[in-house]
Amino acid sequence: MSIFFILTAIVTLFAAASAMSLRNLVHCALALAVSFTGIAALYLQLDAQFVGFAEILVYVGAIAILIVFAILLTRSGEAPENSVLTSGWMAGIAISAMVFTLLGWAVLNSSAIPKENPPAPVATVKNVGDALMTKFVLPLEIIGLVLTAAMIGAVIIALKESSKSETAGRES
Amino acid sequence: MFDKLDQIFVTALHWLVSFVPEAWRSLASSLICIAFILSVFPAVFSVTTIFERKGIGRIQNRYGPNRVGIPFTKIRLAGFGQFIPDGVKMLTKEDIVPRAADKIVHFLAPVVMLIPVLLAYAVLPFGRNMTVTDYDAGLLFFFAVGGAVELSVFMAGWSSRNKYSLLGAMRAIAQMVSYEIPLILSAVTVVMVVGSLNLNAIIAHQNQYTFGIAHWFVFTPWGLVGFILFFIASLAESNRTPFDLPEAESEIIAGYFTEYSGFKFALFFLGEYLGMFAIIGLGITLFLGGWTSPVSFLTWIPSYVWFFTKLMAIVFVFIWIRATLPRLRMDQLMNFAWKFMLPLALINILVAGLWHYMAADWQRWLVCSTIIFGAYVILGRGLMHNQKLGKRIYRYAE
Repeated sequence: MSIFFILTAIVTLFAAASAMSLRNLVHCALALAVSFTGIAALYLQLDAQFVGFAEILVYVGAIAILIVFAILLTRSGEAPENSVLTSGWMAGIAISAMVFTLLGWAVLNSSAIPKENPPAPVATVKNVGDALMTKFVLPLEIIGLVLTAAMIGAVIIALKESSKSETAGRES
Repeated sequence: MFDKLDQIFVTALHWLVSFVPEAWRSLASSLICIAFILSVFPAVFSVTTIFERKGIGRIQNRYGPNRVGIPFTKIRLAGFGQFIPDGVKMLTKEDIVPRAADKIVHFLAPVVMLIPVLLAYAVLPFGRNMTVTDYDAGLLFFFAVGGAVELSVFMAGWSSRNKYSLLGAMRAIAQMVSYEIPLILSAVTVVMVVGSLNLNAIIAHQNQYTFGIAHWFVFTPWGLVGFILFFIASLAESNRTPFDLPEAESEIIAGYFTEYSGFKFALFFLGEYLGMFAIIGLGITLFLGGWTSPVSFLTWIPSYVWFFTKLMAIVFVFIWIRATLPRLRMDQLMNFAWKFMLPLALINILVAGLWHYMAADWQRWLVCSTIIFGAYVILGRGLMHNQKLGKRIYRYAE
């Protein structure tokens, strides 16, 4: 474990914890963006360049912005008066610790995982691209189709509202 | 001799690093590269501000700064010393934070703006063997860090608790998100033809000569369209006129940095210009051959000279456009991005594919040019469809 790994891990965990516990929702969203960046740094340390850059491009560049806009457009920036933690947070921590222990134990004792470390795969961006265009071209196309359908749906929803408001504007 | 001049910075780096013990060499070399970027590009920025003020002054038929020379001497440089007092003024001004502002986010926003912009320089090739980190996926890295700028704009606009700041941030983010798509799609054509995301590989592909003329991508039909799309999108990404809605002075004061003063304002200013240089640098690398020379008999000129000459030439075009064009309206901005640039960029990708697979003769020039010209005409007509543009009538005060 290198010092860089420990530093990024601490930053990521701290940001994730503050994303859950800060009072102001916009602060939470910004903390979440920091933790996304930390995860991207961890990917880069594992030499997974494509995943790391895509993490920043998609999560920090798009999803964090989306979350922030959703918060801004749906509620005012006032922080809640009472604590963000519920009264049963002790029990919650105990249950999650138990679940984590159980899952960890199950994973570590699983026979599906080879005991000796396999050789590190060479996952350059070129290899990822080649795989996406040859072996996994059908899943890629299906994802593209789903996303296009979602985009067309979003456009249709937006169109209806604008035409309604237009007619309402004309009547008044 | 010219080779040595070309590699003078690389040699200097190796010479400096050789003084450091073996174990610390990679760290020392990175630190020197960081110092190089941190000193050169802010210097280019300060010179650009003065060029911009003088240039716009000339174009608009007024003087611009023309007094300041070197401080404490009698030497006058026709105003080219203006950036020194400007910088001192910026650094010594009072830092005002609004009482209602979110102090921490307000403080962090300019810093968060500058970090991704500076990171983007890590992959740009400034000259032969002059890339700080030669990432295999350099282009992806550039776009990934560029995406983080939007968050800082939001932080600045939201934390100021000022409606003009928030409006400016909203406009800026909407504009950046919309124009990022044609920007990336126009860059994709180059990646398709070269088959690599590495910026040095892209330059190596353009560094060949036929009849003494370089194989720059801008000299092909898809490359020309790609470069123009990239150029327009980079104008929009760096919030320059005619896409300066986020900081439209006559409408929303200064947009997302209305509530910033002193050093923090200077950081925003610096971040914006450094972002502009970075994106121009990428455009040069992708379409204008990076540090290569346009004609083979000028290859003896050092590579970094070519890079910075091209950089300053495009910065000049940016200044020219700023002094000439008025600001777009919000609906015009969005229509232009989604109804014209995006379809044209997609068609351009198709054309680049055709270009790659057709035999290299005059037929592919004809086919590719026809497709692009037809698409341009149809899309342009479509954009102008419902705009009743008659003859312009001028009314003068009588």
